[in-house]
Amino acid sequence: MHPALSVIFFTTLSGAGYGLLAWLGLSVLLLHARADVMPVLYPLQLWALLLGLALSTAGLLSSLAHLGRPLRAWRALSQWRTSWLSREGLLALATALPALALGVLLLWAPAGPERAIALGACGLLLTTLALATVACTAMIYASLPPIPAWRHPLVVPVYLLFALLTGLALLFWLMVLLLPPAGPGAAMPATLTAVGALLLACKWLYWREIDRQGLPAARGDAVGLPGRQVDVFERPHTEASFVTREMAFTVARRHALRLRLLAAALLLVAPAAAWLLAATAAFPAAPLLGATAAALLGAAFVERWLFFAQARHVVTLYY
Amino acid sequence: MTALPPPSPKKLGLVIDLDTCVGCHACATSCKEWNAGGIAGPLVDEQPYGKEPLGVWLNRVHSYEVAADDADGSAAEAASAAQPALTLHFPRSCLHCETPACVTVCPTGASYKRAADGIVLVDEDKCIGCKLCSWACPYGAREYSEVDGVMKKCTLCVDRIYNEHLDESERVPACVQACPTRARHFGDLGDPDSDVSKLVAERQGVALMPELGYRPVNRYLPPRPRRAGEDAEAAGTPARADTAPTPLHWLNRILRR
Amino acid sequence: MPASAPNEPALDLSPSPGDDVRTTTCYMCACRCGIKVWLRNGKIRYLQGNPTHPVNRGVICAKGAAGIMQHYSPARLTKPLLRVGERGSGEFREIEWDEALGIATGWLKPVRERNPDELAFFTGRDQSQALTGWWAQQFGTVNYAAHGGFCSVNMAAGGLYTLGGSFWEFGEPDWEHTRYLMLWGVAEDHDSNPLKLGLGRLKERGAKIVAVNPVRTGYGAIADEWIGIRPGTDGLFAFALIHELLRMDRIDLDYLVRYADAHWLVMRDPGGAGDGLFARDAEGRPLCWDRDAGAPAPADATGISPVVAGEYTLPDGRSAVPVFQLVAERYLDPQYSPEAVAERCGIPAATIGRIARELAVAAFENPVRLPIAWTDAWGRGHDEMVGRPVAMHAMRGISAHSNGFHTCRALHLLQLLLGAVDTPGSFRFQPPYPKPVPPPNRPGSRRREDGSLDAPPLGFVHGPEDLLVDAEGRPRRIDHAFSWSYPLAAHGMLHTVIRNAHAGDPYRIDTLMMFMANMSWNSAMNTRETMQWLTDRDADGEYRIPRIIYSDAYASEMVAYADLVLPDTTYLERFDAISLLDRPISDADGAADAIRHPVFDPATQPAADGRARDVRGFQSVLLELGARLGLPGMVDAAGAPAYRDYADYIVRHERAPGVGLLAGWRGAEGDAHGKGAPNPLQLQRYIEHGGYWREEIPEHARYFKMANRGYLQWARGMGFVGAADAIALQLYAEPLQRFRLAAQGHGDRLPPAAHRGRVETYFDPLPLWYEPFESAQTAAAQPDERSGNTGGDPGTGDPAALPPGGDSPHPYPLHAITQRPMFMYHAWGSQNAWLRQIASRNWLYLHPETGARHGVGDGDWVELESHHGRITVQARLAANVQPDTVWTWNAIGKRRGAWGLSGEAPEATRGFLLNHLISDLTPRADYANADPVTGQAAWFDLRVRLRPAADADDRSRPQFAPLPVAAATDAPLRYGGGLRQPPDGDRAP
Ligand SMILES: Nc1nc2c(c(=O)[nH]1)N[C@H]1C(S)=C(S)[C@@H](COP(=O)(O)OP(=O)(O)OC[C@H]3O[C@@H](n4cnc5c(=O)[nH]c(N)nc54)[C@H](O)[C@@H]3O)O[C@H]1N2
Ligand SMILES: Nc1nc2c(c(=O)[nH]1)N[C@H]1C(S)=C(S)[C@@H](COP(=O)(O)OP(=O)(O)OC[C@H]3O[C@@H](n4cnc5c(=O)[nH]c(N)nc54)[C@H](O)[C@@H]3O)O[C@H]1N2
Ligand code: SF4
Ligand code: SF4
Ligand code: SF4
Ligand code: SF4
Ligand code: SF4
Ligand SMILES: [Mo]
Repeated sequence: MHPALSVIFFTTLSGAGYGLLAWLGLSVLLLHARADVMPVLYPLQLWALLLGLALSTAGLLSSLAHLGRPLRAWRALSQWRTSWLSREGLLALATALPALALGVLLLWAPAGPERAIALGACGLLLTTLALATVACTAMIYASLPPIPAWRHPLVVPVYLLFALLTGLALLFWLMVLLLPPAGPGAAMPATLTAVGALLLACKWLYWREIDRQGLPAARGDAVGLPGRQVDVFERPHTEASFVTREMAFTVARRHALRLRLLAAALLLVAPAAAWLLAATAAFPAAPLLGATAAALLGAAFVERWLFFAQARHVVTLYY
Repeated sequence: MTALPPPSPKKLGLVIDLDTCVGCHACATSCKEWNAGGIAGPLVDEQPYGKEPLGVWLNRVHSYEVAADDADGSAAEAASAAQPALTLHFPRSCLHCETPACVTVCPTGASYKRAADGIVLVDEDKCIGCKLCSWACPYGAREYSEVDGVMKKCTLCVDRIYNEHLDESERVPACVQACPTRARHFGDLGDPDSDVSKLVAERQGVALMPELGYRPVNRYLPPRPRRAGEDAEAAGTPARADTAPTPLHWLNRILRR
Repeated sequence: MPASAPNEPALDLSPSPGDDVRTTTCYMCACRCGIKVWLRNGKIRYLQGNPTHPVNRGVICAKGAAGIMQHYSPARLTKPLLRVGERGSGEFREIEWDEALGIATGWLKPVRERNPDELAFFTGRDQSQALTGWWAQQFGTVNYAAHGGFCSVNMAAGGLYTLGGSFWEFGEPDWEHTRYLMLWGVAEDHDSNPLKLGLGRLKERGAKIVAVNPVRTGYGAIADEWIGIRPGTDGLFAFALIHELLRMDRIDLDYLVRYADAHWLVMRDPGGAGDGLFARDAEGRPLCWDRDAGAPAPADATGISPVVAGEYTLPDGRSAVPVFQLVAERYLDPQYSPEAVAERCGIPAATIGRIARELAVAAFENPVRLPIAWTDAWGRGHDEMVGRPVAMHAMRGISAHSNGFHTCRALHLLQLLLGAVDTPGSFRFQPPYPKPVPPPNRPGSRRREDGSLDAPPLGFVHGPEDLLVDAEGRPRRIDHAFSWSYPLAAHGMLHTVIRNAHAGDPYRIDTLMMFMANMSWNSAMNTRETMQWLTDRDADGEYRIPRIIYSDAYASEMVAYADLVLPDTTYLERFDAISLLDRPISDADGAADAIRHPVFDPATQPAADGRARDVRGFQSVLLELGARLGLPGMVDAAGAPAYRDYADYIVRHERAPGVGLLAGWRGAEGDAHGKGAPNPLQLQRYIEHGGYWREEIPEHARYFKMANRGYLQWARGMGFVGAADAIALQLYAEPLQRFRLAAQGHGDRLPPAAHRGRVETYFDPLPLWYEPFESAQTAAAQPDERSGNTGGDPGTGDPAALPPGGDSPHPYPLHAITQRPMFMYHAWGSQNAWLRQIASRNWLYLHPETGARHGVGDGDWVELESHHGRITVQARLAANVQPDTVWTWNAIGKRRGAWGLSGEAPEATRGFLLNHLISDLTPRADYANADPVTGQAAWFDLRVRLRPAADADDRSRPQFAPLPVAAATDAPLRYGGGLRQPPDGDRAP
């Protein structure tokens, strides 16, 4: 599949944004009753909220660039009963509600048990909706039968894990920026390394399997002669067409391997290195975590590019 | 409305005879010209006279080589010269599937399947050009117009087949009317007594990649077995004289005029 | 009409297809299908096939359906052009028509006064030969020809000298009854929609289709059996089939003595002046030997018992044998056995034997019987029509070889031996064919008082006396047609004109006038030199071809080489007559002709840049030019133009009393068909009737046309034949023997010594096979002669002594051929925005084994070299080809700057022509690269070798200087955008 930059930016950025919002919601949910610690966290929570919304909105805007008719984008909300894209759109909007409510509560609501309950509810909603949005994004791909690589059961978990990982990285970064230093500095990169490792394991498994997996049909099936060996003699057009440009994108094997290694490096080596640095030297935490977050976003970007570029569409059987 | 309508008894579609298709592309260009000015139009062409001409086509004709296999008796003869058993021409357009994901993935309701006859259409006034439907179609039947920002696809010439301005006999898709070998047939595949259904039954027409679950309506009639190796013996082969006759062989032949 | 469901958008399912519809004739190719042109708001909404039209019965091909893009092509010419720069530079000044016609008149008037032959008027893919040939005749030049000479004159002449009809679109398989069709060397053909309709019909009926073709695409793809023959060897294959049929004694002798010359006596008098001619009686009637009488009898007598074998002594003492005896003698020879030809043809002997048996079974075991009573030419009634359901069709794969004339005759011989010509189930004639064998009209050669020629310049030579040669035997025509080099060049030789005009061989000409032929590019052999000849100058600085007038409708490669360009209309802007006098659209069951009439006035059809186009139909221009020159027939007694324009000419001109360009609705009342006085409302009638006229042949007259009284009388009534006499089909071509005798020194017109061997060799009255010249001569030119080659003289001498085929190494081991793509018409499809999306470039296709042998992989660039030149092209591997053959689609490659395409268009950067490799002369440079009998261009004789390209840069080679023609804009084309109903709404601009 053609790796459209707008879509890659969209899924990467909005993934991170929703991940961050999900963590934020979780933290609010867990801490909503702790009147003691909450005030300390306000700046962090507000910045996280802001960053999360900014990233998810940027992602959504970037996805509009992918549309032929962005002005009609509102129509995309109508088919939630069948379309994952509609559902994603609706959930994205829905996520904004608890997020904004959270902001209002944090900024203006008078403290008290009601606010705590409202905060808890908002946190719960925010986390659920943010993760559901990411899951919907993944389902857009995972629901397409012609692209077996996207139908893989790991697609949704990986999307979620990437959201959580990049969101967490951003959260950590904000934490070191905005919170008084606390505890050993290596915990955060260690956590990221662990999640990164888990993700990489998933990804590695995924890559291994899609490399082995063929298309669900052969060219013979595609032309109605199952079981026969069929080779392309002439294409219907000597130059490109929409179908070949969009669906028959091919990336050289060597190139793909290099990109996979790059993604792996960013995913695992970057947080691990940060961990090492944090543990051994008294490296300032903020730039370290900022760099780690950037590296992980980079990993997501590369992984997403490969997710498209290496996904073979059944229609390529015809070409 | 991208929820699929309840299955309709009427399933309009095409039956394409791969035994007869010579790959002339008439169905492709006639489709292009009818639909350019029809409800799917225009079908924009980018760089029409330039380096990378790229336009929207709703029907395209591929050519393949099919290797010999034992089933059609071609293996032995073909193998000796490393020849394919068949050169196959294969026109490809929307199959108007019964359970098409191209419709259900559409976020806007622009893609829909008509309840009355099963034709799958795009309402361009709703389409946002997200291309998701084209990803969802295994058959490559949808083409996106970059210039117009909307998705296009075969309309089964819905603006011909019911068109009262046309002669009754001409109320068929443009590609069907054009096809010079008459390899394309149009009709109701939901009606077992229709001509197309009978043709499919008789020739064992197939659906493409049924395993994907889209349940295409269109059918392709596979090439008939080639009769290359078939021997005349069955029909009573004339004898070949062991020794060549000389012209005098005919000396005593009584002929009249 | 089913209503849309409530949640579905409301659709207008019955939009008006247009506000007007016109019925005319397509000219996206020469097939001439009927089309309906739907218009909306003055633009073409849609083009479709006309369901009632006899040619296409409602279907339309890929080209025809893309006609919209042709009509609106940005490459259309807009105004007459006068050259201002160097010839070939493409620099012109726009001029008015009056000036253009004045210039042309000024050039041609002195030519006509001085020597009309100094005008060479050559037309290409045109369908106006009934006019252009007549115009040349009135001008008085012998130097006229149309495109047939480089196209398929072998097929035409081979047929007309054998059957009085031919393949092309002049005959057709009996689609309703045939059970076995052999297609020889056909990719697309002129009759493309009828062929496709017919093939579809055969498939439906379960008839077996056999494709004989080195490549298996298109029709071959759907054939039951593909015979991947080695190019140029079809004659041998046919002989082997004949050999087998003779051995099995599966020959329709009854048919042969009834309708052909099997029993005609040929005199055996070696060295004598009459040797090999038919024995004739005092009235000149051919004789046969009547077994009953034990004496000679007129061969067309009835009630006799003719013999077909033996040797007989005529009363005057001469010895004679029946034609069939000669046939059997020759083809029973073991050299034509399947085993003997198998390797050379690349067809297993067993396959050849099987095909022969299949033919025999199909023809003889299962005859078709139609319960239709008919009367033969001798007045005998028959209750039924019994036919042989074996049909053949052949085209350029057979004819475009230097041995094509004989190969074509070989196929007709095969058909005749099977009794399968114009019987139910077999090949059938389309009126006005059959004609007497050969047709009676000879080429015009003498000038009348008024300067016109005594007959149209093209015709049929019956013997040396009809040649256009001077006292020394030198050619009288600039193209050398009808000379000793190419005596039966019935269509002229467009492919030799430019070389000869440049060389002044046999004389210098003044003006070269061309119409609709892209002669500097895809229809030229030896393109590079052709371009140079067109621009070459004498020592005095004058162009060697002093003036070139050219009419084209589009900015083709050739336009740049004209001094004066006469811009033509598109096919939807003019009148045309598809005349029975030219290339009719008849079918086997009826005679038909058609017109084109203007759907648009070109003045209302602006060019891409918005300027009004000022173009005129070339036929009208030609008539006006003729009037300005005062040509006979084109001015009245007072010297005023005799015809207002071409439409007026179509209606009023009579070729012979009652015979005009169109056969329908003649007579003052418009009720006469075939012959009749001019009818002023004739064109009106045609327009009302969908643009065509068709007259059914009566049912009892549809088969055995060569000897069916009903048909012959009908045909005489229509003016197709002069008399209703039976037409005897000719296994034995006596006119050829006349040439051979001349070469042996008999008669008063003898070939110059240099040509004698050649004439004697190739004017064999029975079909023969020889290795195509290029193949034989390039092999023979090897310094290291192949063993067994005793120095046979390919092209001039003994064909039997040619080097053997098979696996001995040849310096150019591969055959290279082209095929017509079904979706493109020669060069002129590439300007079409839709068609060029199907193919804007071509590849060289090779068999994977051939690729492997040469170290060439799929997509590699290769250097292809012939004895004449070298090209660099990109290769593709595909196994559906005879392994010693490489091929490509014809005429996809374009010169940069032509056709309104961008300079980076793939057509120019990666597309290519094989023509750069094809020499216009034989390797030995003694004759044109052509058939020695007819002058047919031998495009498919090309031999090549290939190797991976050393320095490929993703461009094909050669590249020529780009033409400075303005390229169209790169803006997207939104055709139909304005036609959609309801209007576009919020669509992007
Ligand atoms: N290698 C190779 N070369 C071949 C052949 C082959 O098989 N292989 N085939 C040969 C054969 S059989 C043929 S017939 C020739 C064909 O070759 P050409 O006859 O040269 O065919 P085109 O290139 O189409 O050129 C015809 C010209 O007519 C112009 N034209 C089109 N419509 C009109 C019109 O309405 N009016 C006027 N005035 N002009 C018009 C076009 O613009 C074009 O310039 O090619 C020959 N060349
Ligand atoms: N679409 C389209 N239709 C056309 C034209 C066009 O340009 N485009 N041109 C028109 C014109 S001018 C003409 S002349 C006709 C020509 O119509 P065709 O005769 O069909 O012309 P070609 O494509 O040259 O086909 C020649 C075929 O012969 C095969 N062949 C080559 N050498 C041999 C051989 O030695 N033996 C055998 N058995 N086969 C051989 C080639 O593979 C090819 O399939 O088409 C006309 N119709
Ligand atoms: S062929 Fe493709 S576009 Fe057509 S209905 Fe089926 S899935 Fe949809
Ligand atoms: S491109 Fe248009 S039709 Fe296709 S899914 Fe998107 S909105 Fe629906
Ligand atoms: S049915 Fe109509 S829209 Fe569909 S392929 Fe045929 S011509 Fe095109
Ligand atoms: S028009 Fe008919 S024969 Fe031609 S490509 Fe289409 S289906 Fe095949
Ligand atoms: S075969 Fe030729 S004349 Fe007929 S529709 Fe096609 S282009 Fe037109
Ligand atoms: Mo031709």
